[in-house]
Amino acid sequence: MKRYIFAGLLASLIGTTSIAYAQSASDQLAEYRRMLADGNPAELYEAEGEELWSKPAGPKKASLEKCDLGLGPGVVNGASAQLPRYFKDTDRVQDLESRLMTCMSTIQGIPEAEIVKGSFGKGVRKDLEAIVAYIVTQSKGMKVNAPVAHPKEKEMLALGEKIFYLQGGPMDFSCASCHAVDDKRIRMQDLPNLTKAKGAEEGWGTWPAYRVSSGTFWTMQRRLNDCYRQQRMPFPIYGSDVTVALSVFMANKANGGTIQTPGLKR
Amino acid sequence: MKTTLTKLGLGFSTAVLMLTAAPTSFAQQVDPAVQAMMERSFREQGIAKMDRIKQDEFQALCSDEKFRASAEGQKKAEALQKAALAAIKPPSDGKYLGDWKAGEKVAQSGRGATWSDTLKTVNGGGCYNCHQVTKEEISYGTIGPSLLNYGKMRGNSEPILVYTWNRISNSKAYNACSNMPRMAHFNLLTEQQMKDVMALLLDPASPVNK
Repeated sequence: MKRYIFAGLLASLIGTTSIAYAQSASDQLAEYRRMLADGNPAELYEAEGEELWSKPAGPKKASLEKCDLGLGPGVVNGASAQLPRYFKDTDRVQDLESRLMTCMSTIQGIPEAEIVKGSFGKGVRKDLEAIVAYIVTQSKGMKVNAPVAHPKEKEMLALGEKIFYLQGGPMDFSCASCHAVDDKRIRMQDLPNLTKAKGAEEGWGTWPAYRVSSGTFWTMQRRLNDCYRQQRMPFPIYGSDVTVALSVFMANKANGGTIQTPGLKR
Repeated sequence: MKTTLTKLGLGFSTAVLMLTAAPTSFAQQVDPAVQAMMERSFREQGIAKMDRIKQDEFQALCSDEKFRASAEGQKKAEALQKAALAAIKPPSDGKYLGDWKAGEKVAQSGRGATWSDTLKTVNGGGCYNCHQVTKEEISYGTIGPSLLNYGKMRGNSEPILVYTWNRISNSKAYNACSNMPRMAHFNLLTEQQMKDVMALLLDPASPVNK
């Protein structure tokens, strides 16, 4: 409940201010970030996620406390800073969300397909999103440190770069159409140049984030999903290789940059 | 009401035709690993079908910076531009200018062609997403050049009318890797909508030229 009231208040604040002033979206956001200081509404998701992490769930009635996110079973501190990465047990490169799906399926017995077929903000996916909020908060202030050592990590990086530039759809868009040049915007929205360290830090380093305009917490998978919607492409499958490869590309560009997750967005 | 899908579908058939009937002798190959990954990572949703990840020759060229910069790539770009220019249809009644007020609405709307749009969605031109157009609208993007005073600076002689029409119809006829969507080629805008945008840019009474 509290979450919705808070979100509504924020949304109305943004609404009024955008009419009252003609400043750029980034100025406005800087102002909200100041107003909120340490009060990012993502904290509500984070608290829920922390509870879900240690609560027995699924057909196996097990908690996720043994889930290995790359730093050993149950280690959450700094875990999202080193993702995506290669995992031996699945023999593939995984981002935080695809890795959590693996844990939920192997440890708790929740079929991956159930999460993949679901929708953002609903059902088990919703629980997973809250867990994401909890996990990414445990890397706040750390440096992005996604490995490119295993051959499959190198392969995903190379494919991710190609996919970043891959045009398609009836508007010929690729990720690069909006995110490969400095200091551009769509309407009032500043676009980070994800091909450079600074822009990648701004982009990769601040998602997942709480989105004021929709009053919801958005994971990186959801961010990418909506990018592809606006690119006029077909629907990227949740946790699919393309989404992971792009994440490897972005994380690699952002390596060494500071993580400020969960972010706070328009 | 079937029009949006049919039109977008038609756009893609044209694209496929171009692919087979292009004047150049070689076709570019998408990395098979990339293509396979794209195919298993997407699914159709609503009007956004899987044919959207099949590239036409412009898309293939412009996805490959290295090839594009090569002598071969430049030759390819020129050939594609030439074919695209020849394929542009002038307005069916010979009249280039519609109503600038309707054009402003087209310029403001960025709707259409996403999987959350429907067959009934009226597409917008999305002009303000990337261009400054009028002084009055301060929420504009900067990916494309400012169009303020577009007509005032150029007048509306026949060559300017034709050039502007062509540029809206298929911007890639002049610059193979232009970021601007091919409005007529993919039937994103109707002929009337394009005329209205023409008026927005070129009518002396339009706020663009005030």
